[in-house]
Amino acid sequence: MSAAALRTPFQPNWWARFGFLLLLVYCAYAVSELSITWERFVTGLHTGAKFLAELFPPSSKRLGLLFDNLVETVQIAVIASAVGIALSLPLGLLSARNLMPGWLTWPARAVIAISRSFHPVIFAILFVKAVGFGPLAGILTLVFASIGFVGKLFAEAIEEISLKPVEAVTAAGAPFMSVLTYAVLPQVFNRFIGFATYQFDSNLRNSTMIGVVGAGGIGGTLFAAFQRFDYDFLCTILLAIIGLIMVGEYLAVRIKATFND
Amino acid sequence: MTEHRHWERFTRAQRLARFAVYLGAAALLVFSLKTVEVIPDFLLDAPKQVADLLRRMWPVDFAAYHKQDIHTALIETLNTSTLGTIVSLFMAVPVGIMAAKNIVNAPVLNWIAKFILVSSRTVNTLVWAILFVAVFGPGALAGTAAIAFRSIGFCGKLLGEALEEIKPGPIEALKAAGAPWTSILIKGYWPQVAPAFWGIALFRWDINVRESAVIGLVGAGGIGVSLENAMNMFRWTQVSLVLLCIFAVVVLAELFVTKIRERMI
Repeated sequence: MSAAALRTPFQPNWWARFGFLLLLVYCAYAVSELSITWERFVTGLHTGAKFLAELFPPSSKRLGLLFDNLVETVQIAVIASAVGIALSLPLGLLSARNLMPGWLTWPARAVIAISRSFHPVIFAILFVKAVGFGPLAGILTLVFASIGFVGKLFAEAIEEISLKPVEAVTAAGAPFMSVLTYAVLPQVFNRFIGFATYQFDSNLRNSTMIGVVGAGGIGGTLFAAFQRFDYDFLCTILLAIIGLIMVGEYLAVRIKATFND
Repeated sequence: MTEHRHWERFTRAQRLARFAVYLGAAALLVFSLKTVEVIPDFLLDAPKQVADLLRRMWPVDFAAYHKQDIHTALIETLNTSTLGTIVSLFMAVPVGIMAAKNIVNAPVLNWIAKFILVSSRTVNTLVWAILFVAVFGPGALAGTAAIAFRSIGFCGKLLGEALEEIKPGPIEALKAAGAPWTSILIKGYWPQVAPAFWGIALFRWDINVRESAVIGLVGAGGIGVSLENAMNMFRWTQVSLVLLCIFAVVVLAELFVTKIRERMI
């Protein structure tokens, strides 16, 4: 027989098998470390079934409160997106290494990095402690989140532009602001709209949640309903949140489609 | 007389649509600014209050790291996020396969998979954590389940997209050789999506390390519980220690993921 016929297709990969074994060992360790036991899981399933039964049907009481909270959630998301995006425009521009000198890019990059360093919920907690409960803490939180995300991506987008239009406009003797408006911004405008709509969508999602730590919006009502075992109202709130986010996602897609051509 | 054609970059409909978007955004912003219940004094006072808060957080109380068992909480957070990611991958693979139109040719199943993925993503990790604390009681089990359920949507969606982009050649060859469908999945699809799969797993693990640090605030275990306790007792120097620990772990996780990703690609 020839050597080719003896060759086994799909040779066993011992390294991969060893890796999977290691993963299995890790899972066993983690399960024991986190004190996850079978009994707790089974009891959990029973409680879960009861919990689901109590969730449904969703209650239709206190719809006024629900509506007010939804409006506040949207307000937080809108204001935070507007302020955050407006601030991340100059910050992103300042941190673009191809347009700005080093002594300007470093501080701008530091601000963006600080905004990205923590989860929004942690920022929310700190702002609640600093400025008190309510939508203001939520707005400040999401402004920071927006700066971190949009600022970073916007800076990267500017660093990727073609420098030819910039040189042309500069050679024609245009002042710096004209260089920006006619050579830089047109190249990044579409991507910027993409980041902005994504960030609005993301802010809307987060503004439904930061209320859990007291930063305004529907999250506070959700957590209160949970703590009062008011599960059918909890279900209504969850459905409302899902509906709100779906509407937000649909709007984001439509807006992006308007600007993409 | 020659007729000059006036060049316009956008059609009238496009300009109108853009104008409508700007107008809508501006109207929404004005409405929000007018109706939101923000007390202006608090806004003006904010920088002073934040500075005061930071002053109370200094100096960092490093001694509490072992005294208050922050080390154990950190390990618990890492285990929660890792185990949550692993569990989630097991659940996301079948859903991702079901969502890929080139593998499962049944619109009803595709639709069900899409529904699972969307509902997993719309509910925030913190909200999943609240729900699972109600089911399993406070602790890391609830946290792991919350991380796992939130990640299904993310991993499943990306995995489904990766599966839809594969080359059909090897699949056809395997089918022609008469391989059963399990072999087609393991030897035809898996080698092609493996890099994408590990990339998604790493990416999600990185996100989950961040998220698992906060789910303790609603009682789902980990370092968030330490943060909550320190704050309830107004031990601000310990709060800064916990924040520092979270920051260090998040940065280390990101470095780790970047290094492994470089190796893989």
